[in-house]
Amino acid sequence: MPAFLLALWQGLAGAGLLPAAVLPSPALVLATLIAMAQSGEMAQAIGATASRLAWGFVLGATTGTVLGGLCGASPLARRMLDPLVQSLRSVPSLAWVPLFILWLGIFEASKITLVAVGVFFPVYLNLLGGIANVDRKLLEVGQVHGFSRLRRLLRIQLPAALPAYVLGLRGGLGLGWMFVAAAELLGAANGLGFILDDGEQTGRPERVLAALLLFGICGKLTDTIMAALGRHLVAWQDTARA
Amino acid sequence: MPYALDITDLEKSYGESRVLGPINLHLTPGTITAIIGRSGCGKTTLLRCLGGLETPTSGGIKVGDGNVRQRDIGYVFQEPRLMPWLSVAKNTAFGLKGIKRQARDEAVAEALKLVGLTEAAGLLPKQLSGGMAQRVALARALAPRPALILLDEPFSALDPFTREQMQDHLLHLHGYYGATMVMITHDMDEALALAQRVIVLNGAPGKVIGDFTPDLPRPAARTSMAFFNWKRRITEVLSDRPAHRLSA
Ligand SMILES: Nc1ncnc2c1ncn2[C@@H]1O[C@H](COP(=O)(O)OP(=O)(O)O)[C@@H](O)[C@H]1O
Ligand SMILES: [Mg+2]
Repeated sequence: MPAFLLALWQGLAGAGLLPAAVLPSPALVLATLIAMAQSGEMAQAIGATASRLAWGFVLGATTGTVLGGLCGASPLARRMLDPLVQSLRSVPSLAWVPLFILWLGIFEASKITLVAVGVFFPVYLNLLGGIANVDRKLLEVGQVHGFSRLRRLLRIQLPAALPAYVLGLRGGLGLGWMFVAAAELLGAANGLGFILDDGEQTGRPERVLAALLLFGICGKLTDTIMAALGRHLVAWQDTARA
Repeated sequence: MPYALDITDLEKSYGESRVLGPINLHLTPGTITAIIGRSGCGKTTLLRCLGGLETPTSGGIKVGDGNVRQRDIGYVFQEPRLMPWLSVAKNTAFGLKGIKRQARDEAVAEALKLVGLTEAAGLLPKQLSGGMAQRVALARALAPRPALILLDEPFSALDPFTREQMQDHLLHLHGYYGATMVMITHDMDEALALAQRVIVLNGAPGKVIGDFTPDLPRPAARTSMAFFNWKRRITEVLSDRPAHRLSA
């Protein structure tokens, strides 16, 4: 089916039925990609975007893990922090941008922070939910064995929350890609988002399509890696816990 | 040392409705007591109170001298409740703490041998049948060698053959380390084969309506006349129920 669509698209474009200024032919997009690869522009753009994403992901996932774990483990921390986090969540994420730019400038820091905000929420929510929703029946097993709160957290709640946490990380990564694209569109001197913006400004849709394609491929790639890592993590949990 | 169990004026209500009590019972250390009664009559609630999982609305429970640590009580739930991320061996070791690795491994091996699951030590819960899972749950409760063991219909999910085998295991176990055991069952044969004392509960709210001390040899010959007579006497107390099987 995708191959058929591609052939149809190429056929229509080749026959001159699709004006190149609207939808350039696949061949042209491919040629653009090859040119970008040869000039080193592609590697440079992917590198810039991936580095923003990576820093933002680490920052957002770490904060989400620490706060989610804290609120999950301690009802007190949860009562104090969770309402705040929930109210921040209702702010549309892109609305943070002006504030970040005022605080952190227009360069890397504000972009990375925006990505981190995107990554934070799914990680935080999934970990907290995972810990809070552990089956009461399993918790009672700890209770009849006289577990302390710490032991209950380590031996029951955290392992039981792991699958939800892994899902949160994966969702966070997906949102991270969305937010890095947004951050770069809003003003960057390099990166895949910059190529998008630049293609639009200079009226070259083949560059826009090439950048979109690269976003898609990279996003899918990291998601696949993350999913495999997650499966590995849960499988290890199944078999190798002391 | 097995514990005595003293239950005085125990009552449990959920909201306005009393589901249990008042109940007064004294259980002798080292004995097996079976509790039978119809579905919903409060058997599980009683056991949960004894195990510290529910706080009685009023009345008292005294286990041993009253200073018993939670970990000296073993509890087998109606469902296996295994940790899905742990192997059979690690599930069995779940309640063991503060002991050396070697002692732990020995306790696990012994408990698994007792329930006939030595071969399954490395399997995950998702790879077990219902009956196997319930045997792991039993092994988990036995491994710490508790002085009081509370069992909520532990064998009702097992096939008849495995059930009898497990009953024999339990008697054997009781014979050589002598914990006090309280066991809920809906199987009159099981109650009579294992227990020195059979308590019959009646529902809404749950009260003791029968208290029997069958003096059968153990393991009791299930086909003997004495066995059959006790069965009839107890069934009479449960009146309009079919002869030998009482639903949980
Ligand atoms: N957490 C609860 N809240 C309200 N009612 C309960 C709760 N647990 C049990 N009950 C009620 O208490 C009664 C006794 O239940 P249970 O002890 O589970 O009976 P059994 O184990 O004998 O079948 C039932 O009527 C049940 O509906
Ligand atoms: Mg019950």
